[in-house]
Formats: sequence, structure tokens, C-alpha cells
Amino acid sequence: MKQNDSGPVRFRSKHLLAIADLNRPEVDALLTRAEAFEPLLEKKIKKLDALRGRTLINLFFESSTRTQSSFELAGKRMGADVVNMSVRSSSVAKGETLIDTAATLNAMRPDLLVVRHGASGAAALLARKVDCAVINAGDGQHEHPTQALLDAFTIRRRLGDIEGLIVAICGDVLHSRVARSNVALLNLLGANVRLIGPPTLMPTGAERWGARVFHDMREGIKDADVVMMLRVQRERMAGGYFPSAREYFWFYGLDEDKLKCAKAGALVMHPGPMNRGVEIDSSVADNPSVSLIETQVRMGVAVRMAVLEALAETGADEGANP
Amino acid sequence: MTRVTLIHNARLIDPASDKVADGAILFAEKILDIGAVTSAPDGAEIVDAHGAHIMPGLIDMRVVIGEPGAEHKETFKSAGRAAAAGGVTTLVMMPNTTPVIDDQSLVDFVLRRGSDRAGGVHILPAAALTKGLDGALMTEVGLLAEAGAVMFCNGDRPIADTRVLLRALKYATAFGALIAHRPEDPCLAEGGVMHQGELAARLGLSGIPAVAEAIFARRDLALAELTGGRLMLDMLSTVQALAPLQRAKARGVNAVASVNVHHLVLNENDVDGYRTFAKLSPPLRSEDDRRALVEAVRDEVIDVIVSGHDPRPAEDKRLPFAEAAFGAVGLETLLAGALTLHHNGDVPLTTLIRAMTLKPAEILKLPQGRLEKGAPADLILVDLGAPFKLDSDALKSKSNNSPFDEKTLQGIVKRTFVGGRTVFPV
Repeated sequence: MKQNDSGPVRFRSKHLLAIADLNRPEVDALLTRAEAFEPLLEKKIKKLDALRGRTLINLFFESSTRTQSSFELAGKRMGADVVNMSVRSSSVAKGETLIDTAATLNAMRPDLLVVRHGASGAAALLARKVDCAVINAGDGQHEHPTQALLDAFTIRRRLGDIEGLIVAICGDVLHSRVARSNVALLNLLGANVRLIGPPTLMPTGAERWGARVFHDMREGIKDADVVMMLRVQRERMAGGYFPSAREYFWFYGLDEDKLKCAKAGALVMHPGPMNRGVEIDSSVADNPSVSLIETQVRMGVAVRMAVLEALAETGADEGANP
Repeated sequence: MTRVTLIHNARLIDPASDKVADGAILFAEKILDIGAVTSAPDGAEIVDAHGAHIMPGLIDMRVVIGEPGAEHKETFKSAGRAAAAGGVTTLVMMPNTTPVIDDQSLVDFVLRRGSDRAGGVHILPAAALTKGLDGALMTEVGLLAEAGAVMFCNGDRPIADTRVLLRALKYATAFGALIAHRPEDPCLAEGGVMHQGELAARLGLSGIPAVAEAIFARRDLALAELTGGRLMLDMLSTVQALAPLQRAKARGVNAVASVNVHHLVLNENDVDGYRTFAKLSPPLRSEDDRRALVEAVRDEVIDVIVSGHDPRPAEDKRLPFAEAAFGAVGLETLLAGALTLHHNGDVPLTTLIRAMTLKPAEILKLPQGRLEKGAPADLILVDLGAPFKLDSDALKSKSNNSPFDEKTLQGIVKRTFVGGRTVFPV
């Protein structure tokens, strides 16, 4: 469903904290805008100047390789000045509270603040304490909206319209912010969403999220167009959520055999980093005809460029109309 | 080919229909015909039952076997012989062996070894619910169920950590697995050796309070209700646990319960004189408890009667009461013990037999336990009224720790068939 790019997108909301901050036209426009940025990655000079003179602070309280570098690249390609704040060298380690940190950063007058934090709701708390736009790059087990946007962008580029597609999200839904954002966004875009996982890793009331819940993976991925795998953390075993990696792989790991239950030509996604042999078999993860895993990373930069631009535009509007 | 057998002039007990009727039964590996059978093919064995009863072979959901690791107590072979003599054609073996049955390979071992050695009696493994029965880490419930574990339990070690049991019950729903759990608060039961009451006080023995069972029964039922997990309260012994069970069932909680046959026939007074053969876990309770349990069997609030077969060699029992081992053998006295309730007029015969045949079959999803065409011919021929004085030295089990020793019981198994083949007498 490609539309003509009509330039920078503006959001109603000042921040991007959760998918609920967006409506359908905003998402459609954003993904269309990302479409325009994507070819830039192949150009020799990969830089625009839409955000020239603007400051982006990457504030990561949890370590992350791909999300942090993806935002950093996106910011730089849009021409912004990017500052990476690493937690260990920050004053948080010296006992400063999140609100103190917010006040300090706010005094530096950034335009965009990208935040990752281990506590659900941390991004929203920061957003109330700073004047600039806040982008949630993952808060605890709550949301990770740009991951969902890049996933939707990846699906749309490969399969076209998302409306009516069957998307099965499989794994540790309980602890996954990626799953929460994806269920919300895929529902907004009209997909048929399914959640698959052991009962112990399925949140209470997940069936009321607008998704069908399955505990049998073969049943759950039957006829699916897209199978989205979630990372399962080994420490969940000690927590008693499931007994062993081999049992998890046997029942919930995606291998070629289980993938046969999905629609012919179904595509496989994973937000990374992968646990090979636990939630996904290498034969699937590394098969370029089914796996979109590398494409996801690539699309992440384009989508985040569009998000940064949109929030900078929204902020500029606000500045113009106090 | 299994030889065809016709048993006529029998009384047929059908646990599904509450009917006891005169008739005949024709069977090979499966039941071929039933009721007014008049002819049998050439070469068939014709048996005149002389009015004795035919019923499905018993399914005993709680049997401890010493193999592997304690073969001096019981082996598959001796357990198979004892079961066949007692009319038990299918038994569920507890996982508290050495090593503990907590891995696929051990489930496989039990299935193979059982079918090689038990003389035809079906031996079905219950797998451990937690690794090494440690009460902390859940076993591979899915893989163990695929390997053939029919249910999951933690033996005689109740799971104290509520969250472990919660997660296990929840996790098991993905596989429809049954979890049998002993409701007994280990903190309250610790150090106790018999029912806590006036008699224990007089004997100077530490008691196990009835409330230890009531508290965990309520907890376990609440967890089953929350998770939708399949729970069996394993061997109830107190009146206090019955009302919560009944209420939970009425609300549709996926819970069933079993009782050890000894708790239906004996009470704490059988311990008097420091009789260690009557030292059981859970302990024999008061007469009020026993009566309530009998009524619960009659009203089918309790679903299943088990033998609780737990072989203990004499050296573990011939000790001061507090130091003696818990447990009693029961494979050979399950039927006669349970029939006491029929002879007393306390429980209708078909209800009683149902609790040892059809109910366990339904819970374990087995085709056995039915007296109908096409069902496996696991059958027993029983003289219900025949009296005998139990001589525990004559038991076929390797251990003879029966509290029924020297007691007169009624109900003698004359012949046991598994899949149409005679497994008792040999």
C-alpha cells in the first residue's frame, strides 16, 4: 500500500511513548515517509539536513547495541547532533534519581530524547519532566514502539498491505515489550494477531488484547503469513516459567518442521538478539528466502529517521504556537 | 493370537452403568461380547464362574516400586505378581525411586522394564513434578508426557513453595497434564509421626495436625482454579479437606481427589500399641475423619481409591514408632479392603468398583476400566463374599508391611486377565 510521499509527517502527540500515541493515518504517513528514506542507505552520501542544528540525546539505562546505534545513525543521517549518554559514566550510578537526570538533561535544551530504561513507565515519567520530545526505545516490559513500527514497515515492504494478514507472535509474551507494541500496532493496521507461548509466559488477560492465544505452536502458526519470534531469556528457567532450553525448543522453538504449518512462503522475523537453538533454529534464521531478520535491522534506521523527523516537526509546531 | 475365553454363570459388574447383572462374557485381547452370550468359537476356554463376579481389572493410581534403586523392597517382577494377585491390572508407579523419575530416559526405562518384568500387568510411570523432587525446579513436563508419563507428582514431598506449584499447574495446562499433589503443609507436619490428637498425646508421640492437610488442600484448589490446571489431591485423610474440595468441584474447578484404602477402613486407634505397620503418611486419622471419607467415596466427592502401596522391609518397620518408616503395602489388599465398605452397606458396590476402575481410567484417559464391547479384556473374576485371614508373610510383594495382617477380610480374586491373558494364578 505505497502512497506518494507528501513530506514530513506531523504527530498529534508530542512524544512517542507507546503505539497508542499514534493513529492510523499517522502510521500510514510515517511508513510512507520511511519509504522515502530507505533508498538513502544505498547512496554514497547518506546524509540529509532536515534536523540540522537539532540535538538528539540517546539515554540508555539498559545496554543495547542495535537500538542505540540505529537511533544514533538515524539522528546523524537526518543531520542532528547526537549525544550518547551511557549509564555507567552518568550520574545515575552516583545515586541520582531519574527525575534529577531529567532536570539535568532538560537544562541542556535537547530537541529529542531517546530513552531506554528497565522500568515500565520510565519513559512516560521522563516525558513529564522535560520540555523536549521523548521517544521510548523500550521501557521495562511495557512498550518499544519503534520496534513495532520497523516490523510493520518490514512486513509492508515485503507483503504490501498488512490488513488481513495473519501474524503469529511466539515466545515470552509475558516479559516482552516488543510483543505489546506489535499487538497494538498490528491491530491498528488490521492484521489478524495471534500470540503463542507456554501458559506461564502468557500475560493474564492476553486474549483481551485483540489477539488469539495459543499454547500449541503448530496450531498457532497454522496459515500464518508472518511468524514473529520473541527472545526468551535463559533466566526465565530459574524463575520456573519453563523447565529447560531443550523442552522450550521442542515445543516453542521455530524450526523448519514447525514452519511448514504456516502458509507456504511465510516470513520469519525476530527483534534480536537471537538465542539459536532455544527459540529459533539456525536453518530458519539464516535462510534468506524466509528470514527477514537482517532486513528488520536495515529498515530500523529508515523508520527511526521518519520518527525523529516527525517529532522534531511536531515540536517545532509547538514552539511556533505557544 | 490370544485364546478366546468365555466366562459364564457370572455376575457382571459394570462400573459405567451402576448395574450388576447375571450373564456371560466372551473375550480375547478385547471384550468381544457381553451379557447373554451362549456360544463360543471352537478352541475357546469355557469357564463356569459359579456365580462369582466379573469386573474390570483394578487401576491403582498410587504404587511405590523399589526399582530402580531399592530392589530389596520391591521389583517390577514382585510388584507385578502382587498386583495380579490383588486384581490390579494397571498401576501408576510413583517417581520416588533412585534415581528419581524426572527425565525422559527414566520414563522410557520404567515403560520397557515394566512391560518386560511385570508379568503382563500394565505399569505406567508418574514423573516427578520437580527435578529430583526438590520442590524448586519444574521438570520437563511436555517431554516427559510425550515419553509416556501419565501424570506428575512430587511423591511424599509436598511442594512448599506456592509459586512453584502455581507455575507448574499453569505450565502443565499446555499439555493437559495431570498433577497429583499431596496436600500437607510440611512445616506443620514436620516431626509428626501420627494423627495429632488425644491418643498421640497419651502415647507421647508428635502429631501431624489435620489442619496441615486442610490448609494445603485449600491452597492447591485455589491454584487449580486460578490456572485451570488439572489437579488431583493425592490421598486425602481429613474431614476438613472435603468441604473445600466439594465446593471447588461445584464451581467447576478441574480437580479430583483420591483416598488411600487404609484410611477408609482403619483409624488412629489401629496405631495404639505403637503398631508401626499402621504408621502411614498421611497418618490414620480419627473415626470421624474415616466416616467422612467413606461418605465422600459414596457421594463421589472423592473420585479414586488407591492402595498407596509402599513396600518397607521389616528392618525399616521394627523400630521404635517415631523412628519407623511410614507406609504400607496394599496391592493385594486394595480390593478386599475396599469391599469392607460394600459388606458394611456403607457404599454401593458399583460406586466402590467405579472408584478403582472407570474413574481412574477416565482421569488417566485409558481405554481400560470398562465392561463393554471393544474395551481391553483386563478383567478379574472375584468371589466377593469369600472370607480370608490375611497372612502378610504369604503376600507376593517383597515386603509384607500390611496393617491388615491377621485381620479377616472378604473378597478373593480367583483369576486375573490382562488383554485376555491369564496373569493370575500363574
